[in-house]
Amino acid sequence: MSYSPEQISIMDSIIARYPRKRSAIMPLLHFVQSISGFVTPEGIEKIAELLELSTAEVTAVSTFYTQYKPEPVGEYHVGICTNTLCAVMGGDAIFDAVSEHLGIANDETTKDGKVSLERIECNAACDYAPVVMVNWEFFDNQTIQSVKDLVDGARTGNPPAPTRGPKTLRTWKENSAVLAGLSDGLAGEGPSAGHASLLGLNLSKEGK
Amino acid sequence: MSKLSPVLSAHWDEADSFTLEGYKRHGGYNAVSKALAMTPDEVIALVKDSGLRGRGGAGFPTGMKWSFIPQGDNKAHYLVVNADESEPGTCKDMPLLMANPHVLIEGMIIASYAIRANYAFIYIRGEVVHVVRRVQQAIADAYAAGLLGKNIGGKGFDLELVLHIGAGAYICGEETALLDSLEGFRGQPRLRPPFPAIAGLYALPTVVNNVESIASVPAIIEHGNEWFQAMGTEKSKGFTLYSLSGHVKNPGQIEAPLGITLRELLELAGGVRSGHTLKFWTPGGSSTPLFTAEHLDVPLDYEGVAAAGSMLGTKALQIFDETTCVVRAVLRWTEFYKHESCGKCTPCREGTWWLVQIIRDLEAGKGTPADLDKLIDITNNIAGRSFCALADGAASPIISSIKYFRAEYEAHLTHGGCPFDPIASTIFATVGQP
Repeated sequence: MSYSPEQISIMDSIIARYPRKRSAIMPLLHFVQSISGFVTPEGIEKIAELLELSTAEVTAVSTFYTQYKPEPVGEYHVGICTNTLCAVMGGDAIFDAVSEHLGIANDETTKDGKVSLERIECNAACDYAPVVMVNWEFFDNQTIQSVKDLVDGARTGNPPAPTRGPKTLRTWKENSAVLAGLSDGLAGEGPSAGHASLLGLNLSKEGK
Repeated sequence: MSKLSPVLSAHWDEADSFTLEGYKRHGGYNAVSKALAMTPDEVIALVKDSGLRGRGGAGFPTGMKWSFIPQGDNKAHYLVVNADESEPGTCKDMPLLMANPHVLIEGMIIASYAIRANYAFIYIRGEVVHVVRRVQQAIADAYAAGLLGKNIGGKGFDLELVLHIGAGAYICGEETALLDSLEGFRGQPRLRPPFPAIAGLYALPTVVNNVESIASVPAIIEHGNEWFQAMGTEKSKGFTLYSLSGHVKNPGQIEAPLGITLRELLELAGGVRSGHTLKFWTPGGSSTPLFTAEHLDVPLDYEGVAAAGSMLGTKALQIFDETTCVVRAVLRWTEFYKHESCGKCTPCREGTWWLVQIIRDLEAGKGTPADLDKLIDITNNIAGRSFCALADGAASPIISSIKYFRAEYEAHLTHGGCPFDPIASTIFATVGQP
């Protein structure tokens, strides 16, 4: 595929954010994923051309970071935290149950292309363990059943809303555009803070 | 009177706390006007005198870091905020940025003015889209309100602020790896010296600070050092976010003066989950040596935790009760360090790989007693032998768990595998119970 003039112009605007253009390589890779769902060879070539790098230099960066996918993932990419705390609190049990439920292993995608599964590392929401991220949105305090329901909903095009996020779960490609630094206008949706974030504040108001 | 001190988290319960309007309602951006009326050196001196120390793990005095930036050197200076929060157990900066991104922006304006930087970056991890949205919107709103860009507040100070979004690499929380990543390379740590204050981003003078450190600055400017120093302990001044997670009745964020103990925090959080007892905990993330119930009264400040043999780190208090197998916990952390080792330094790349193999065998009951000594030997040969501290972090849970729980490792050998039921430690095990 070739990129449209509109897409090239967005890429130019991403490059213009930085004092030196090579710094734009990461948002440009996120942008490529927002168009294709993964880092395509064409995307690598375009970034190399725009930044005056070799494709090897761009590939070296792309392969270093786990959020850049070398092949397509699902429309809903489900990351189950299995770092120690979430694993102990139930993340391991959730991963095993959902993997069996979907018939796919770690880093695999369902045949319909709807859901992919990844064991993820700590996602900075430990006070909401066990944590599941879908397209990098927070699904807090999960259970085996809630995640089975979640992936079933995703496969029928009706996924639940994130716990702390927009009212409607966005797709992998849509959220990749946000990670490229492009606003989707949804910052105002969702709560300011979840219940666990307010623990100390509420206690202090009770005079504790 | 409450022993708690909500400053950063004071208004997180308001529906619009993350908006410019919500922030300004409580005096937001007043500290910028106050700081811009001072000279940059006065701002540095004030923050230095406050005693504010880095909240990202190392505890280096923030104002002193700023003072290392050479002045009058006719070079561009940069401020880079480390919002890569990825240390296992650490979950304070993300809720802070979700609920109040403007306090970081205000702190960044003040810090940039102090170090004479006209370009600043927030390096945020990429796995938190909604936090990214909130920060993006806050930056856009601050530009629209004339708080960023040219001639801020009519005082002749210019600042461009760019949000840079990572892509899933723990190592980018290490400040020099972060800078390489921001320059568009693989995120691999640099050899220091030179330190970032001399040769940082694009080899120019750069300050790298944690989110919470910079977010603490506006309140210090606004209320002064006397107010700030009234909280905390002799060498650890002020307030901070403690993050309780795991087997506690009510996990969450508790903002308190430095020096509070886990016993006090647990009491506030309703205690260890009912019917269970504390077994081990991390004071500041998985890279800080484990503590046990004997450390409940250690003051959680920089000196207190260090004196007890660990580190305050990120104040990520991960609580594990007696149902948790320490070998399983340590194996999973070790797998994490292996996965996140950037591969640059051989001791870390190879060492973490071998540590995983050995602990996997031990957990499966296939190891030998000599493996425990082998583990200690390997950790001694990787800690302090790499460019950065990732390998030191990998060594911490291993060394400390063998110190406190050697018998439990040995039980895996005699039992022929793990003697624990993993379901007993899950949150589901308590569902439906009184």
